[in-house]
Amino acid sequence: METSRTTRIVLYAYGILAILFLYLPLVSIGFASVSKARYLTFPIRDYSTRWYGKALESSTVGDLLVTSLTIAGIVTVISMVVGFFGALAFARYHWRYRSLFQKFILLPIFFPQTVLGLALLMWFNALGVIPSWKTAIVAHLVWISPIATLVIAIRAYSFDPALEEAARDMGASTKTILQEVTLPLLMPGVISAGLFAFLLSWGNFPLSLFTTGADSTLPEWLYAKMVSGYSPLVPTLGILSVIASVIILLAALLVPRLVTYLRFLKEQELEFSE
Amino acid sequence: MERLDNKLGMLNALPIFFVLMLSFLAPLIVVAAFSVMPQKVFSLFNAPDFSAYMTIVEQGYWRSLVWSLGMAFASTAVLFILCWPLAFAMAKVFGRFTLILTIAVVVSLFVSENIRLFGWILTLMKGGLIEGHLRALFGTEMDGVLYNVPVIVFGLVYVYFPFMLFPLAQGISMVPDDARQAATDLGASRWRILWEIDLPLAAPGIVVGSLLSFVLAAGALAESKLLGGQVVIVMADEVETAFTYGQDWPLGSALSMVLIAIIGTLAIFGVSKVDLDRIMGRKR
Repeated sequence: METSRTTRIVLYAYGILAILFLYLPLVSIGFASVSKARYLTFPIRDYSTRWYGKALESSTVGDLLVTSLTIAGIVTVISMVVGFFGALAFARYHWRYRSLFQKFILLPIFFPQTVLGLALLMWFNALGVIPSWKTAIVAHLVWISPIATLVIAIRAYSFDPALEEAARDMGASTKTILQEVTLPLLMPGVISAGLFAFLLSWGNFPLSLFTTGADSTLPEWLYAKMVSGYSPLVPTLGILSVIASVIILLAALLVPRLVTYLRFLKEQELEFSE
Repeated sequence: MERLDNKLGMLNALPIFFVLMLSFLAPLIVVAAFSVMPQKVFSLFNAPDFSAYMTIVEQGYWRSLVWSLGMAFASTAVLFILCWPLAFAMAKVFGRFTLILTIAVVVSLFVSENIRLFGWILTLMKGGLIEGHLRALFGTEMDGVLYNVPVIVFGLVYVYFPFMLFPLAQGISMVPDDARQAATDLGASRWRILWEIDLPLAAPGIVVGSLLSFVLAAGALAESKLLGGQVVIVMADEVETAFTYGQDWPLGSALSMVLIAIIGTLAIFGVSKVDLDRIMGRKR
């Protein structure tokens, strides 16, 4: 249906406004992180990067980064593996309980993470497990592994089952089919799921809050500082955490292109030498 | 083939099923069990009584529940009105811009929600980005707009914006253009098309988006703590206090159970409304 020119302009403007609305708080934090003053007031008069220096020197920050990275790394690997198989059960095979299974996967996403975090805390207590960064991995998985499954499932839906059947007709075993046909075809989905899992775990706060015990992740530490009063390190570390996410995101987007480009160069070289 | 599909489907479902049993169902069962324990015990080996639930009724915890549900409802309503035009444009008007908008929104989700809320504190506080610059420009003194109920609702709207936007856009994209075209040709007004075609046909997306933002907002904690400065105590806050300062796990569990019962009912209802094969694009 035709929409008038004015309507279109208004809608585009609204869309741009929405993006600005989403990122405005990060702009404020960005400015705050380079303010020299110990107590922040806008407009900022003196700019300095000294809080960045302080943050990078601090050993607490180092510990936080290690904890956050370890959790995110392990969550990513587990999510990719269970998400891969889960997505096949979700989208590829027509089995008896598939529809029920799909709904079960979706259910944790509908639960507030704070409530899930507290429930997990009690569960660990009932099991006699002392909460630490290891229990936080289990906590992150409750939200992140279903999302990984959904991301891979999108890819699995566009998968042509005839490819698997052809391999089977040629006498390939289930394991060979999985290795040689299914996995390579779903790989782009698995990689996006890994990216999602890593970034969501890296930035997660509500699930970590109750489940890390004496350990602390970066978002958790920032929250503790925010609640107890202003510290100039909070905006600085907040921005550093965002920068880390952006770098990972860009790397994930650019590395495959770079690889293709290098391969292309190599092929050209071969052609010349012939 | 069918038997093979059954076997393979079951086998492939096992790993994530196991993970979710361990991290989702088992914890919820433990909370349910703890909620019927006598007050202030830390183990499950006690004779059950329902005193924790009695305490909830007697001590006026229902006030927090009303605040949580009320603010969740308000933010859902605001979100619906804010997101509808944008979701409509994403589904029917924008071309490439839909992709840009989608990426921008998804990337914002990768930033920790407390960092983003903290950014709003710096933006809205007295001497913050907005008030500070206004004062420097016009020399007018104003109070910050933090620490009240509307700003908490604002925070909820901000954080759960994507959870309304995407399901709505998905729902609207399922409204066939032919139906809208036919209604226009027959002389229906814009409002009538909205009322009799868009809204009913996009209903699955509306239901999912609204339920998702409502349940997530009802269990939210950081918005009221950071932006609201605890001007009102929400349900998740009461639960946290009962577990930490109160050291009363059965009470905390009973409070959680109230929240879980409401959220769980809505969530199961919402999930049952989603036709995943259709939304995620099965071609067969």
